[in-house]
Amino acid sequence: MTGQNTRLPAPCGPLSRHAGDLLRDGAPGIAPTCATASVTTSRDAQLALWMLYEPAYRGFEDVADEREWDPDLICFRQGLEGRFEDELRAAAAPLVQSVSDLEDVGDQVLAMAQRASGVSLSSFLRREATSEQIVDFLRERSVQQLRESDPQSFLLPRLSGPAKVALAEIQYDEYGAGDPARLHQTMFAEALEAAGLDASYAAYVDEVSAISLASANAMSLLCLNRRLRGAAVGHFAAFEASSSVPSRRVSAGISRVGLPQVAAAYFDEHVEADAVHEQVAARDLCGGLVDAEPHLHEDVLFGAAVALHLDGLSATELMARWSDTSLPTEAAS
Amino acid sequence: MKDVAVSICPDGPILVRGARTVVDGDGREHAVTRPVVAVCTCERSARMPWCDSTHKSLVRPDLRGAP
Repeated sequence: MTGQNTRLPAPCGPLSRHAGDLLRDGAPGIAPTCATASVTTSRDAQLALWMLYEPAYRGFEDVADEREWDPDLICFRQGLEGRFEDELRAAAAPLVQSVSDLEDVGDQVLAMAQRASGVSLSSFLRREATSEQIVDFLRERSVQQLRESDPQSFLLPRLSGPAKVALAEIQYDEYGAGDPARLHQTMFAEALEAAGLDASYAAYVDEVSAISLASANAMSLLCLNRRLRGAAVGHFAAFEASSSVPSRRVSAGISRVGLPQVAAAYFDEHVEADAVHEQVAARDLCGGLVDAEPHLHEDVLFGAAVALHLDGLSATELMARWSDTSLPTEAAS
Repeated sequence: MKDVAVSICPDGPILVRGARTVVDGDGREHAVTRPVVAVCTCERSARMPWCDSTHKSLVRPDLRGAP
């Protein structure tokens, strides 16, 4: 659960190898060019980004803490971030356009989450997934959920007034509302253990897909760069707004396949919690920020679209993976 | 928090802050266990009296429909 035992993951290409070299030795060397057509779907690029962000969170046992602000490391990270952000902005544009008929930013974010089409991963998990597929889903989510809400804590000093109050209110609930047993990260770790998985922080970083890493990295990109605070707020609101109903379905799926109820408890908690959070996030957090800084309105919508875009990519990826192994082809469409 | 504050979400739940209990329509008392609770208003929640976002499949076709 702590980062004390997390070691640098094994590189899977030139970018993650260079990230590891920078973190371990601080030896600048020559940064490899990012030759991949898509940073979003490149496991090498996403693993590199994840490694470069991690010193801001729990750090690595085999990396000096001083490396967090190493100029060569930051420079390499910015290059990858720029490519990643460009791709996300291009992918987000149609989703942003889809809510141009509405004016209120809270309505827009909620509508975007409602209108986002694509395969419903949670419906499949509820009705059809095998126990192994549900465990696979939990494993893929582990890299981001074991530090659930941590990226958004970096946003607090960047907000003021009602938006800050709204975020703090949500975070207090995410962080257990005074009860360590209700800390959502801990509840997810308990769900992993109940499903027979390793609940230690970043245990599966070597195994999860590029998209799972990209989902975690998008939060770091938006939350660690103050200029992107509008997008970070929108991302968080859309993330919360696409959680309550899916959590109910995942919980039902976990019960259906007979995994322990402790594994379902995390999702049960999110049915009620996120029914609250989505309202507070869309109306008070996004609304409050746009009231205070109207020029960030478009960025809020961009961030919301990023969350939904990556959620869609992840659903498509997992459904395709599972259809390859154990399901008839038509189930993937 | 000293005062109970209530805010109504358009086509959504009622957010209640600072309450210790919520009494449902049958007179049963439900303890409030989180800082803010969302009380269902569409009456379709499977976790009454708390909102479980079921209202999203019931209301606001303008928010739901394809663009």
